[in-house]
Parts: sequence; structure tokens; C-alpha cells
Amino acid sequence: MARRRGRGIASVNYPIGMNLGGDPSQALVHSNPGGKFTVALSSIDLGQGMKSVVRQICAEALGVPVEDVFVDTADSDTGPHCMGSFASRGTHRVGNAVIAAAEEARGVLLEAAAEKLEVDAADLVTDGRGNIHVRGAPSRLITVADASAAAQFEQGRTVSGRGIFLVPMSTPDPETGAMDPVTCYAHACTVAEVEVDDETGEVEVISIEAAYEVGRAMNPRLVEQQLVGGGWMGMSHALWETTEPYYPDRSHGPTDFNQYLMPGPGDICEQRFTILERPAPDGPYGGKGVGEMCSTPPIPAIANAIFDAVGVRIDEMPFTPEKILRALKEQGGAR
Amino acid sequence: MSHVTLDFRLNGTGRTELIAGGETLLSLLRHRLDTTSIKQGCRQGTCGSCTVIVDGEPRLACITLAATCDGCTIETAESLPGPGGLHPLQQAFMDHFAAQCGFCTTGMLMAAKALLAANPSPTREDVVDAISGNICRCTGYQPIIEAVLAAAGAGPSGAGQPGGSRPGVV
Ligand code: FES
Ligand code: FES
Repeated sequence: MARRRGRGIASVNYPIGMNLGGDPSQALVHSNPGGKFTVALSSIDLGQGMKSVVRQICAEALGVPVEDVFVDTADSDTGPHCMGSFASRGTHRVGNAVIAAAEEARGVLLEAAAEKLEVDAADLVTDGRGNIHVRGAPSRLITVADASAAAQFEQGRTVSGRGIFLVPMSTPDPETGAMDPVTCYAHACTVAEVEVDDETGEVEVISIEAAYEVGRAMNPRLVEQQLVGGGWMGMSHALWETTEPYYPDRSHGPTDFNQYLMPGPGDICEQRFTILERPAPDGPYGGKGVGEMCSTPPIPAIANAIFDAVGVRIDEMPFTPEKILRALKEQGGAR
Repeated sequence: MSHVTLDFRLNGTGRTELIAGGETLLSLLRHRLDTTSIKQGCRQGTCGSCTVIVDGEPRLACITLAATCDGCTIETAESLPGPGGLHPLQQAFMDHFAAQCGFCTTGMLMAAKALLAANPSPTREDVVDAISGNICRCTGYQPIIEAVLAAAGAGPSGAGQPGGSRPGVV
């Protein structure tokens, strides 16, 4: 009877988004007369940081300070359509839609500025600090605020843009079944270290170490926040959470937090991450997505670590002491 | 149901309210007095999102009868920001990215505030213990523990420093 240590590895190729109906997202961007921009979305920030990332992306595409961009996700009735916040799709799908909308709005802004400066719009650049000037002649400038006001009070233009991003629907080839549903994959490799008590069947996760390839880490602290929280979720799926122990029979299913268990602050393990950046050709500034994928690889990594520790393969989540003890009994003990 | 009057201090202001005998502190504060920092998660004492401080002790408002708080001093997260801005715990939560959806955050802040009032230099174990009745679905707890430790290190007037080693971007 002993606590036995094991180490397991799992890798994931994570498809960003999904293939239903093209998986589109839309964005609308407009400037108020003071030169501040609003991005209207139906996409929801659940706490994963989408609003921050969209704000960064929009500011970059417009060429204005990030402080001058506001993201309005208030209402899916009045905002432009979005499929939703899931499948790690927000940064990729919404980000691309926002770039398209921001580029259109930027085009109008530069036209308005060009008219005021009496130059060709193609010769104008933004400095990212709220000014538009002639390329190579920084003193021939107009502020974004003045250009926006001129558009809206003198020239009769709306400084606005529309954007949509859509991955064309892929249907299976009737002969071979082959299809191409995904344009963008993120990748990860996770190593989990566990201790299994071969007397009680209890598993303690000692550490999770992982490398995540996320395209471009738009906001490294938000990526890290997702990875830490997602690692915990993966560990929770692996060892704790279950809705219906006798699925599809609902009996004995948990009905509250006394029965639906998750690891608490005393059950967490050390987590270490490395973020790899390999920009995606069709990602917004190379960005992929990390929200959901990071909760997946800890699960097989922990299953493999349990096998390494005591020699039993548990292939049904969660890996409860009961399942481990039954498997150990069948095997005739740990090995 | 019979009604009684309740005298208490809420976030520094004296109040008198007429309450039903069976009314919970959660119902009184959140639903009637608009103290909406208090979140109603489970309403049965298992999630901690309704944590408030009553006479210095963390309490679950959903299973506290308001009638038991006569003469008490009650603090909610609304009381955290001072004249100089955010409370050090709030600043540390921001610096450490310790909130995602935010549903648990106010309860966590109040549990942490009660801890630091009783124990200004907690160990990691003390912090884990203090927030062990508060469920967070998003953060994995690590950033919250780091934030509370940083706020403790910063003392009552300073702000927490972002700590821990950041992952390398390669
Ligand atoms: S609402 Fe009070 S503990 Fe959950
Ligand atoms: S931040 Fe979402 S529950 Fe804690």
C-alpha cells in the first residue's frame, strides 16, 4: 500500500471555432463626433477577456489609441449577429470581423482627413496617438477628433464600417467522407504529474506543465489567465465533476454544490506554462484562440499519469477512487 | 408573517428597516436595499458569493436571518473603495487578473478582507482556508490566492505588486 507517482503526457490539435452554418461573427464600428470609436457586437465576454482583446484589435486596425475605443456587447437583439462565445472562437472570428469593420471606418476617416488637408487619402498615415498626417511629413496633420468632426458636421459622412468573418461551410465528400471543416488549429502539449494512493484510489495532481501554441498572444496576461483557469477546469473534469453518474439515468445526479464537486483552493496544483507564438495566416494579427482548448489536454494527461503510476487505464471521466480501485482489483494490484 | 424593526449600520450608515421575521440578510440587502455587490449564487450556503462582513466576521447572507443582525455593523464590497481610490485588495485582484466573470469576486473580496483584518500577515494556507467556502468557476483560484497575499504584503495603504513568474512567450 503506497502512494505511487506517475507522469502522463497529452497533446491537442484544437480546431478554432466550428463548421455549422459558416460560424460567422459580425461587427459594426463607428466614431462619435469627438473621434472616439464604438465597436458594436453581440459576442459576449464571459470573463475570458474578449472585450479587452477586441478593443486592442480595433485600435490597432483603426490606428488610434486603445483608450479611444469602446466595446459594446450589450444586447444580442440590437447588435450585429454572432454565433456565440464558445469553441475558442472569439479572438479569431470576432477579431477578424472587427478588423474588417475597423478598416472600412478607417477608410472613411482618412477620406475625411484628406479632404481637410487637401491631399490624397492614400498618402495619409495614423500615428496611433490620435493624429493623422501625411506620410513623411508629420507636421501636416489633423487629429482623429477633428477629422471625425469634419466628416460628420461638414462633409456628411458617417465614420463607420461593417465587418463579417465567415469560414465557408464544408460538407463531407459523399464518396470518401472527407471534409475540411477547420481553417485554423491551435496546439498544446501537457505533462501532468500525479500521485495515486493504491489503497484509497485517490489521485492528487502534483503539477501541470504545458506549452500552448496560440498564434499570437494578443494579451499575454489574459492568455495566462485562461491557461491557469482552464488547467483547473481540466483537472476538475478529470477527477471531480460529473452531472449524471448513471447517465442517461438521472437518479443520484448532483443537484447542488454539496454534490457537484470541483477542486477547491486547497486542491489546486502547481501549473507552469510556456506560450508559443506561431501566427495563424487567417487569424487577426495571427491570433488563434485559447479559451476552451486549455481545459482539454489535462484530462488525457492525468489519465496517462494514473496509468504510469499504478498501471490501470481509466477511460471514463471522472477518474474517481471507486473506478481506480475496481480497476486495481481486477488487475490484482498496482503495477 | 410578523414584522420587526431592525437597526444596523450598513457600510457606515445607520439604517432602520422593517423586516419580515423570516427574511434573509441577502434578500434585505440585495433585493430591497440595492446592495447589489452581494451575489445570489446557491441560496443555500454552499458557494460563498453572498459573503458579507457582520461585526468583523465573514457571514453568508443567504443563510443569515436579517433579524439576527439587530445592532450589527454590516460591510459589503460597496464599502471597499476609499477616498484614495480602490482598496488594496481590489487593486491586487486587478493586478493579478484574479477575476474573470466576476461573480465570485465580491464574496472573495469580503472573505479576504475579514481574513486580513484578523490576520494581517497570512500564510498561503491561511488564505486558502479563508476562501475555501467561496467557489470560483473561472480563475482556478491561484490568481486569487496570489492577489490576497500581495494585498497583505502591501499593507493597508499600498497597492499589491503583480507577483509570481509569468510564462515566457516564445
Ligand atoms: S448564495 Fe449564499 S452561499 Fe451561495
Ligand atoms: S471569476 Fe468567475 S466565478 Fe470567480
